[in-house]
Amino acid sequence: MTHEPGGPQAQGLYDPRHEHDACGVGFVVNIKGTRSHTIVRQALQVLINLLHRGACGCEVNTGDGAGILIQMPDKFLRKHTAQFGIDLPAPKEYGAGMVFLPRDPFQRETIQTLFEKVVLEEGQRVLGWRDVPADDRLLGATAVAVKPVFRQIFIGGEPGVGAGVAAHARFERKLYVIRKRVEIAVDALELPERKFFYIPSLSSNTLIYKGMLIADQITTMYPDLLDPDLESALALVHQRFSTNTFPSWPLAHPYRYIAHNGEINTLRGNINWMHAREALCQSDLLGDDLKKIFPVIREGGSDTATFDNVLEFLVMTGRSLPHAILMMIPEPWSGHESMSAERKAFYEYHGSLMEPWDGPASIAFTDGTVIGAVLDRNGLRPSRYYVTKDDLVIMASEVGVLDVPPENILLKERLHPGRIFLVDTAQGRIIDDEEIKHTFATEHPYGEWLKQNLVSIEDLPPAPYIPEPDHETVVQRQQAFGYTHEDLRILLAPMAQNGEEPVGSMGTDTALAVLSDRPRMLYDYFKQLFAQVTNPPLDAIREELVTSMESTIGPERNLLRPEPGSCRQIKIKYPIIDNHELAKLKHVSLEGFRSVTLPMLFDPAEGGAGLEREMEELQHRASQAIADGYNILILSDRGVNVGRAPIPSLLATAGVHHHLVREGSRTKCALVIESGDAREVHHVALLIGYGAGAVNPYLAFETLDDMIRTGLLPGQDHTKAVRNYIKALNKGILKVMSKMGISTLQSYCGAQIFEAVGLNRDVIDRYFTWTASRISGVGIDVIAEEARRRHERAFPERPVLEPDLEWGGEYQWRRDGEYHLFNPDTVFKLQHATRSGQYRIFKEYTKLVDDQNRRLCTLRGLFELKAAGPPVPSEEVEPVAAILKRFATGAMSYGSISQEAHETLAIAMNRIGGRSNTGEGGEDPARYPRDPNGDWRRSAVKQVASARFGVTSEYLVNADDLQIKMAQGAKPGEGGQLPGHKV
Amino acid sequence: MGKVTGFLEIKRKGPPRRPVEERIRDWKEVYLPFPEPEMQKQGARCMDCGIPFCHQGCPLGNIVPDWNDLVYRDQWRDAIDRLHATNNFPEWTGRLCPAPCEGACVLGINDDPVTIKQIEQSIIEHAFEAGWVEATPPAVRTGKRVAIIGSGPAGLAAAAQLNAAGHWVTVFERDDRIGGLLRYGIPEFKMEKRFLDRRLQIMEKEGIAFRTNAHVGVSVPVDELRSEFGAIVLAGGACWPRDLQVPGRELRGIHFAMEYLTLQNKRCEGDSVPDDTFITAHGKRVVIIGGGDTGADCLGTVHRQGAHSVHQFELLPRPPDERARDNPWPQWPNIFRVSSAHEEGGARVYSVSTQRFTGDAEGRVEQLHAAQVEMVHKAGRLDFTPIPGSEFTLDVDLVLLAMGFLGPERPGMLTDLGVKLTERGNVWRDLNWMTSVPGVFACGDMQRGQSLIVWAIAEGRSAARGVDQYLMGVSELPAPLP
Repeated sequence: MTHEPGGPQAQGLYDPRHEHDACGVGFVVNIKGTRSHTIVRQALQVLINLLHRGACGCEVNTGDGAGILIQMPDKFLRKHTAQFGIDLPAPKEYGAGMVFLPRDPFQRETIQTLFEKVVLEEGQRVLGWRDVPADDRLLGATAVAVKPVFRQIFIGGEPGVGAGVAAHARFERKLYVIRKRVEIAVDALELPERKFFYIPSLSSNTLIYKGMLIADQITTMYPDLLDPDLESALALVHQRFSTNTFPSWPLAHPYRYIAHNGEINTLRGNINWMHAREALCQSDLLGDDLKKIFPVIREGGSDTATFDNVLEFLVMTGRSLPHAILMMIPEPWSGHESMSAERKAFYEYHGSLMEPWDGPASIAFTDGTVIGAVLDRNGLRPSRYYVTKDDLVIMASEVGVLDVPPENILLKERLHPGRIFLVDTAQGRIIDDEEIKHTFATEHPYGEWLKQNLVSIEDLPPAPYIPEPDHETVVQRQQAFGYTHEDLRILLAPMAQNGEEPVGSMGTDTALAVLSDRPRMLYDYFKQLFAQVTNPPLDAIREELVTSMESTIGPERNLLRPEPGSCRQIKIKYPIIDNHELAKLKHVSLEGFRSVTLPMLFDPAEGGAGLEREMEELQHRASQAIADGYNILILSDRGVNVGRAPIPSLLATAGVHHHLVREGSRTKCALVIESGDAREVHHVALLIGYGAGAVNPYLAFETLDDMIRTGLLPGQDHTKAVRNYIKALNKGILKVMSKMGISTLQSYCGAQIFEAVGLNRDVIDRYFTWTASRISGVGIDVIAEEARRRHERAFPERPVLEPDLEWGGEYQWRRDGEYHLFNPDTVFKLQHATRSGQYRIFKEYTKLVDDQNRRLCTLRGLFELKAAGPPVPSEEVEPVAAILKRFATGAMSYGSISQEAHETLAIAMNRIGGRSNTGEGGEDPARYPRDPNGDWRRSAVKQVASARFGVTSEYLVNADDLQIKMAQGAKPGEGGQLPGHKV
Repeated sequence: MGKVTGFLEIKRKGPPRRPVEERIRDWKEVYLPFPEPEMQKQGARCMDCGIPFCHQGCPLGNIVPDWNDLVYRDQWRDAIDRLHATNNFPEWTGRLCPAPCEGACVLGINDDPVTIKQIEQSIIEHAFEAGWVEATPPAVRTGKRVAIIGSGPAGLAAAAQLNAAGHWVTVFERDDRIGGLLRYGIPEFKMEKRFLDRRLQIMEKEGIAFRTNAHVGVSVPVDELRSEFGAIVLAGGACWPRDLQVPGRELRGIHFAMEYLTLQNKRCEGDSVPDDTFITAHGKRVVIIGGGDTGADCLGTVHRQGAHSVHQFELLPRPPDERARDNPWPQWPNIFRVSSAHEEGGARVYSVSTQRFTGDAEGRVEQLHAAQVEMVHKAGRLDFTPIPGSEFTLDVDLVLLAMGFLGPERPGMLTDLGVKLTERGNVWRDLNWMTSVPGVFACGDMQRGQSLIVWAIAEGRSAARGVDQYLMGVSELPAPLP
């Protein structure tokens, strides 16, 4: 395997964007700001003690990444730069940066020259370069293979600028601009070794040493760190554990301001919104330099790198570091009963500026003067700190990272969810969470600003006209939007009756949309992503406090200037709005809001080309509307008729959203979707995930109305049914979000936490930009054709029979419905084979299942085995028994498959030497001893699920393996549920 | 799903049959009405399976679970819409279909299956009573004309579908009334003919033309049809009865079942059939040869005509009371059944083969000579060997042959058209239901061989799609069969 310096390229089914990590993080600081080499040594010790957190690749001596951030070690640098003929100005008046450079001297020279040129253009002085001593003897081959050349650059300020806080800040901003410019310029170069280039830090305050290392390699690698003259009052360390990442030198932490343990789940949305916001940004501090640093986010970075980019941007444009942190990771406030009104206002106001960056996170941050840490709103990553009597603070993702004599400990504490912990070395004290937040919350009269500007949708004047349901044509429109009887019977009816999405048994065995013979909704081509083990999902029911479905829609303003008008937005409690609320938005006449409705319809006869043109037209009209001052864009597919078919709402939403993101006008408007095709939770989740601020599923409402009229919803009236249905959708969205560990709708909006299965590159790049679609698939032509077929059913040239919906057959097998892997033929054969014990029939069953591959029902069915030359003699490979050892059955409980089936599986696995699994809920102790005939009904794998049902000591000792289920949410959808009616 | 625990709480229950003494004195239907609330409870027994085998087991693909649930929930209007979506004539199948759906019902694995057939009948009768079954002529006419030959369930289903698609449909029937076997094969006590007429009136109002006494290939030349119609659908059934080729077969008093049943049905219709052409069992010793449904139809008719005695012979052994091992669910259960006619009397004789008949001097059948047989599987087929010494003789006055049908009648229409036949003698058709002659289609028993009414309707519906596609290039008509 070859490794590339900047991490691997996307190829085949692999995409480096799917990489994640989880890490150990810690810092040591002297509260009084007293610099010493001891602090550095202690921090390195913390790093080594975090070693177990880290991981290494296949070689024990290649790590995922480790690093340290310290204050500018002036004494040390002064000593070591002299030999290069560099004469350093006073501290704070020069900047130093660690630079990773190509190995090829020519390419290295090219970049250095470019770097120097940028420094000069920015009016600063290049003081010189220092070769950083680096000893890679202890490193593994993989790390060495991609190791760059390390040099430090020294930059002096403009002559005569002088000292002082303002001048120093100005110089720091210049260094920022320089770094950004160099990064952008080098990215544009056609250098083969371009990917070696990286600037860990360029600052007058801090310096970073990091790399593709294991904690205990760092001092050998960078002997600088052992020099007693290398002094700092604070040191931030990080040991990386990438769950499945290709390690690389630049991906090591710390970044310029943070080290991070966790994951930003909403990353893609945050990136898109940030891109969109740039156009509206203006900064008094950066002035014309602002344009030079765009894009704020360097593409291809990790979630932490991206977070760091934005945090840095907020700090460089004038917000203090803790303030910026609170903007990006706000604590849960809306459901908080005892929080002060000012603080709530602070968060609510900042919510209009930026959505939270959501996900499990423990972030340690520093600018070289203050250092602190914060947890995500759920506190899903732990952090602990000690304060010693001699003014030392040690913070880390776990306890015991540094030996401190007990008598020297003043305080032991843990970080609380949503609380900020801050040490200010300039003030020489720990600043209380309450104090920090109070300071920020009272900086501006946020409450007053909100009162004057933020409007709740309930407070909007009622609309003069609300569209009436039309029973005559409802079936026709249901047909045009692909409704099936099943949608009505299995989805809508229970939602309207119970206010909840129906729960069914798990598993789907139907064809993937792309492989289906039938026209499928575009929604069906998307799968929701869900949290995996390193990244716990939420329990949205028990952790309700941290969740929020509230959001604001409306134009944003300059992110960088706190002003009252920034919160001139409309507050909505839930993203699903009824017809009254939509009408209010359509007819809104308050100052600061103007809405326009844009049709999402196309001529189905014109096929893919027509759809594409109509999408361009829609995008163009959206741009034009924004240019004309409209800030609530309502995309509507009302008005379907014989010549106009609906553009799939999802295509229109995502297409307009991404177009506006690219154009930089996205944050100037809200996208509201008046959609005929959205009816399920998955549908609305997709619309929101691709940028919709609010969704009005009007045809679903109308369908409910019709169902009431025909008596299909006994005991319901329109208001009640719609209310229940909306409640079910909202609850469903919350559930979807929480399965991904996301707690606020605001950060879910536009986060596009989906993977497309079966859409081609062109469709993805144009309309669903940045969405993963690993197997490619159909293009706009097929999307248009599927819409045409639905439309044709609604508007047939020659009406045949009474208009009726299709059956569906997605959930229950129907003869002319969707194809199922389990169907009457396969079930019959299996039943018959089992009941009669006939192997021949069983083979007929397996043949049927195998032949289904030809139906193109599953992806695995599309694989072909290629002969790889002459077969190896079977004596040379593992014996059957050894292979059978690896057989294990799924974690299915009694409740799901019946006692007989469960015990049969156990007996079978025990006979062949494999392992069966209890599933959740325990196991009958009668199964522990062997049966008289030698069979064993005991499951080798015992599951311990979150609720620990049936988990006893006897149960545990009767296990070969214990399987610990981290969270129900590890399963997609509702996770393992036992529908009440099955009991 | 109806009631979640319905199948656990409620036992299968169907409508009661009228007392035997009462019913054999008239020709009215055997079953008493079943109260709707009771029917709804039966609907609650449906388990709404993820894979509904009833829906698969029904040739029409009736969406059984949907309407079971709707009936349970008192949603009769939606129920009839669901039912009509797959079945043009539920009032006929609800009475006459042997209900393979019930044989396939998952509940039938360890309990009695849901009373699907009865629910079907209730839905359609409810709908008729409520006035929901109305003529709905097509909104648009294509101007194309289709001739349908044969007015049994296959032909009528094809007619209804093609008419709905906008074509002008004419149904040709060689008999004097429309209905085919439904009219003259099915005895009145199984389905009163008013239920046939009721539907035919609606079909007429929808624009379908019926021509009776129009025997294509005899009184109506084939060429005439070819020139007047854009497409022809052959739905003439499989009317060629299997004969019993034994000595004495030529004796008087030995008749095919259809001859016998037709005459009685004509009288039931109010036609005057002179006694010298009528075949009656009154006061006679009757033997029915053939243990199938037609045999049972003969049996019920024989009872009502007042026979002296009656035996029903079956070559096969008596079926088991429960499914045999080689007859697993969800296959059609081959079990011992007691139809209403069996309940009314007569002796069922199994494993019996008629060897010859002997008659009196005037050529009337007098005695039937038969033997018990042993069934053996030989090289993949069944063979019946007489058991030595088991021979016996029975005095008879009337013998009815109900031994099934061999296929369509070949002389006349089929020969004139020149359509290709299959090895078994049925009309060959391609995947679009077209015969070897372009524009001529075939469905029902004529192409399938003798079968059930539900298959006939399914065939008619499927062929209609083929015809529609042939005429228009595309078709939106559903086709339950490939």
